[in-house]
Amino acid sequence: MRIAIIDTSTTRAAIISDGLREAGLDDLVLIDPAGPLVAQIEAATPEVVLINLENPSRDLLEDFFAMSRALARPIAMFVDQSDTEATFAAIDAGVSAYVVDGLSQQRIKPILDLAVRRFHAFSSLQRELDDAKNALAERAVIDRAKAILMKRRRIDEPEAYALLRGQAMSTNRRIAEIAEAIVTSDALLGDIE
Amino acid sequence: MSAETFRIGFLPLVDAALPILAHELGFAAREGINIELVRDMTWATVRDRLLYGHTDAAHMIAPLAIATALGRDRPAVPMAVPFVLGLNGNAVTFSTQLAQDVGLGETLGDPTVIGAALQRVAAERKIAGKPLRFGVVHRYSSHNYMLRYWLAGVGIRPDTHVDIVVTSPPFAADALAAGEVDGICVGEPWNSIAVERGVGHIALATAQIWRRGVEKVLAMREAVVEERRDAVEALLRALHAAAAHFVEPGTADESARILERPEYLDAPRDAVLRAITDHIRLVPGGEPIHYPDFMFQHREAANFPWRSQAAWLYSQMLRWDHIPYSAADAATAAAVFRPDIYRGALAGSGAPLPGASSKLEGGIDTPLGAGSVQGRLLLGSDRFFDGRAFDPDDIQGYLSDLP
Repeated sequence: MRIAIIDTSTTRAAIISDGLREAGLDDLVLIDPAGPLVAQIEAATPEVVLINLENPSRDLLEDFFAMSRALARPIAMFVDQSDTEATFAAIDAGVSAYVVDGLSQQRIKPILDLAVRRFHAFSSLQRELDDAKNALAERAVIDRAKAILMKRRRIDEPEAYALLRGQAMSTNRRIAEIAEAIVTSDALLGDIE
Repeated sequence: MSAETFRIGFLPLVDAALPILAHELGFAAREGINIELVRDMTWATVRDRLLYGHTDAAHMIAPLAIATALGRDRPAVPMAVPFVLGLNGNAVTFSTQLAQDVGLGETLGDPTVIGAALQRVAAERKIAGKPLRFGVVHRYSSHNYMLRYWLAGVGIRPDTHVDIVVTSPPFAADALAAGEVDGICVGEPWNSIAVERGVGHIALATAQIWRRGVEKVLAMREAVVEERRDAVEALLRALHAAAAHFVEPGTADESARILERPEYLDAPRDAVLRAITDHIRLVPGGEPIHYPDFMFQHREAANFPWRSQAAWLYSQMLRWDHIPYSAADAATAAAVFRPDIYRGALAGSGAPLPGASSKLEGGIDTPLGAGSVQGRLLLGSDRFFDGRAFDPDDIQGYLSDLP
């Protein structure tokens, strides 16, 4: 069964295709989001098309499916009404799917389930990445705030950190927020003695 | 008790104004409801979120609600349209090259005259093996049906003499710029953006094709309307109040300031303001011209969901999808529009409520008083450009008469 994957994120497309391949589904076509969409699909003749829900080309794609005479049978929007749960899960995860009319439910459900899991995996990877980036940025701000305190109050690093932490605790804010306030005010008022 | 919340999906278009303003200006709060707006970039996504409960209601192109209820290209889902968000507000924009070939002037021309010139160019391009290509925003859009109605009416057969493809509104100007299409039929501000980028020239307002053409609607799943009937009626009252405010003189500036914001249209305020005040700039650098009723959001009970409007859209679906008439489908399509809910919501409010649920479309030349169960109702000209009228009880006869 040939599956085409259309995704504005090439990383997510790779994550999905890896998952499908591991499950033994290796007749895959990755559609290049920068290339001509319709021509690529037409050439691929897929039986299942997986696409991210928010892909800006979906209206165009649905028109193509409705009009297409190149594909042997019309492609209908998945999923069969009898399995709304799988569809809800897919929409929640941000996956949309189109299948050749007549493909059986049993053959499609595992693909969709897998795509959903992979979409979720991608989201949590993205979150971890964002968290890591934020943590790095915060550490840099805290380091700068410590340096400012050390210089202006003529104290050492542990004392500077204790000062930051004490202020954060007494005002019920995060250390990074206090540090940011110090860096900002130093930028504006730093030369006033 | 916490207020009931409606999540409403929308596309960044000027005619998404009513739910946005109902939320921003407190009309929803006054009715004891919350509105949360969910912005998307394609109608397919707006529809899917609605069908699978990510949203409770949606700003939607009217034919898509009907196609969904009829199960075109997918399993059918019962739909309800209790409120019309606006009439018209779209335009047909030609590429600068096509505008030159057709000899467009600096004012809005006559649809028949422009059509005759376009027919000549379309024939030349067809012979040259490069048929003209137009972009519309969706297969099931009023834009598609209005453009096709006009083209066929001036002797240009869509799909035979010219090609029609789909281009989402935010990408329509790009498609013109890249030469992928020779013309677009799209809502504002996207025509204006094409003009301002110097890649397009506005040829017609769709109001010139059908003076009172149904455009965006508030679409819901029928099951949701039934479960939450009281809250839905409160939502309709909030939208109705927002519509009354929207057309009041002196409010346009404030509306444009809200709509231009990144979370809503993310578009230039000037272009938004012009559309709201029925002004359109036809050519790059030109003075905006005033075309009354370019957008029609409230007067003449414009928000009332006439079943005959749904029936007209169904007739065009048959015409262009080449499917046979079915009395059952015709009934399903017309029943998507729900004047009963509209009346229930606004009874006792003083708003004009038509007594009938269906009317002859395109039959009014000069303003005409219409029967109403409440308030005074005057309907303005609702002509089609070719002077035909649509009788919702004779869809087959109407279709056999059309070119």
